Amino acid sequence: MTTNGIAIDAKNLVKIYDRGSERIAAVNDISLQIRTGEYVSFVGPSGSGKTTLINLLGCLDNPSAGSLAIAGTEIFGEGRTLSERMLTTIRRERYGYIFQNFYLIPTLTVLENVTLPFAFYRKENARDDIDRLLSHLGLEGRTGHLPGQLSGGEMQRVAIARALVNRPEILLADEPTGNLDSARGAEVGAVLKRLNEEEGITVITVTHNPALAATAGRTIEIRDGRIAERAVTPPA
Amino acid sequence: MITIRTIAYKNLLRKKTRTILTVVGIALSAWVLSSLFGFNRGYESALNKDIDNMGFQIMVTAKGCPYEAATLMLKGGTGLRYMNEDIMKDVLKHQEVKQITPMLMQAVFDPNKGESGGMSAYLGVDPTTIASMKGFLEFKQGAWFTNPEGLEVVMGYEAAELEQREAGDLLLVTPQPGKSVELKVVGILKRTGTQDDGTIFIPLKTLQRLFNNTGKITSIGVKVQKEADIAAFEEKLYQLPDVQVVSLVQVKRTIISLVATARVMVLSIAVIAILIAMIGVINTILMSVYERYQEIGIIKSMGAMPGDVFRLVWIETMILCLVGGVIGNAAAVALAQATDVLIKRLLPYTPTGSIVQIDATLFAVTTAIIVGVGILSGLYPAWKASRVRPLEAIRGEVS
Ligand SMILES: Nc1ncnc2c1ncn2[C@@H]1O[C@H](COP(=O)(O)OP(=O)(O)OP(=O)(O)O)[C@@H](O)[C@H]1O
Ligand SMILES: [Mg+2]
Repeated sequence: MTTNGIAIDAKNLVKIYDRGSERIAAVNDISLQIRTGEYVSFVGPSGSGKTTLINLLGCLDNPSAGSLAIAGTEIFGEGRTLSERMLTTIRRERYGYIFQNFYLIPTLTVLENVTLPFAFYRKENARDDIDRLLSHLGLEGRTGHLPGQLSGGEMQRVAIARALVNRPEILLADEPTGNLDSARGAEVGAVLKRLNEEEGITVITVTHNPALAATAGRTIEIRDGRIAERAVTPPA
Repeated sequence: MITIRTIAYKNLLRKKTRTILTVVGIALSAWVLSSLFGFNRGYESALNKDIDNMGFQIMVTAKGCPYEAATLMLKGGTGLRYMNEDIMKDVLKHQEVKQITPMLMQAVFDPNKGESGGMSAYLGVDPTTIASMKGFLEFKQGAWFTNPEGLEVVMGYEAAELEQREAGDLLLVTPQPGKSVELKVVGILKRTGTQDDGTIFIPLKTLQRLFNNTGKITSIGVKVQKEADIAAFEEKLYQLPDVQVVSLVQVKRTIISLVATARVMVLSIAVIAILIAMIGVINTILMSVYERYQEIGIIKSMGAMPGDVFRLVWIETMILCLVGGVIGNAAAVALAQATDVLIKRLLPYTPTGSIVQIDATLFAVTTAIIVGVGILSGLYPAWKASRVRPLEAIRGEVS
């Protein structure tokens, strides 16, 4: 397998949950490739397995079967699972995560929240132009505020800034606009789009928001743990 | 720019009341611990000082209960037994004796003392021998008696403070109802930190005359020759009829055994105090870990290793314990005197000096113990937090 241009290469990914006597294949034999610098959005009905899939692609969880390679390096495969420490090492090198519920720390200021990752890990090429990052995201003049003093849209932009300080190669966002009204949602969508286009970050989102899905270069529909027969947009 | 320590510190400010309550709990146990340790070491040294400052090593008293004798020796008491002064000759015969001094202890009710009156301790002493027996006593004002049978007193430092007397003032004593006598204060002693501070010294003959106790004494203090075998000498003294021989070594042992029971109780309280503080800390930290499950998950998705999260929670515990420990210890130092008074009320006999001694070493030791408790209490919550998986945080939003 060649690494050229492939950020994520998933083959026959399966994730099975045991629910009492029932066994649910939340992700059922999904294979896909995501190119470096691509912007992919997963859509599909509730419970179809989007979150489960994006967690596997983001190395947040071990698959039950199948293999996953990140930038040509096989992470999971042949039934191999990784320890939390190993996963952490991979995650902090390559990924930034954004969630529906922002999860800012309420006692820390905007600036402290944004630079929080540095308390644990600072990548060699980490951003030191935090001020510029913040003003890019329309957060200038907000650095000293506490999360409680911000609007939902601002909180999500703080969370995005936080995901970016260590310059991730891949940005994962699970329902990033789920808690925002359409105007704020559109702002966040524009930010993701710009990051993808201007900085070349690979962006992967899960969303119910058609407007957000439309900003992606490729939209993939998930149904019952599988990629739907008809992908909404073909690979660009 | 931001460190794990900052996060820990700011997190504690999140629920201020809870943090303060926990710190207060730790401070209380630190205070109890520190005070008890201070008492443990202070009591014995105060006792030793009291005994060394008596000026003699053996006391001969009338036969009676040994505890009573021990108490009598150090503090004076009621229900005293009297001996005839003739017995002094028999004691003096022994070659081990360097010097002796007779004493007559008299507790007198003084209606003017305190709010509802109180007992004053008069000690009749022999003006010719007392000065050399208790050569370490120094005068703040005046000097020993001018007349061996005079109506004169020398007051201990605290006795003088209490009665507000200066040398040259008069002191009224009422040996029998309706019959008051004026005594002249001829001297006031400097503070010694022993029972002498609370004593009113009066010539033996005067005291005997005032209280119709002619020829009677309550005890004889015996200063022993340096090279003498005290144990053997005690045996010899027991040949005398109806006497009790109390050596200071024995007194000390008696008192320490009396206090030992109290001490065991007190140490159990300390252990309980520590346990309570520990449970409080574990509860607080564990609750804050549960509340922050998702946050911790997010922190881990940012690249925090299990060890980082462990440290974060552990530091929170340490801050709580360090702050609580220092406050509690500082309170113990600041309130040592109050504790002193409290303990003195609880114990059957306590030496005169300060019995709660807290110094820098003790401060450091108890703080270290409390922090040690913190380290232990933090282990489980920190471990629990370190095992949170980022996925759990994300699942939280699914529901
Ligand atoms: N931890 C779990 N244990 C058991 N079953 C789970 C677990 N997580 C998800 N599932 C199940 O797996 C299936 C897929 O869930 P998933 O969260 O991936 O769906 P989703 O597409 O993200 O849905 P939504 O759009 O509502 O977020 C569902 O049936 C869900 O109930
Ligand atoms: Mg989902």
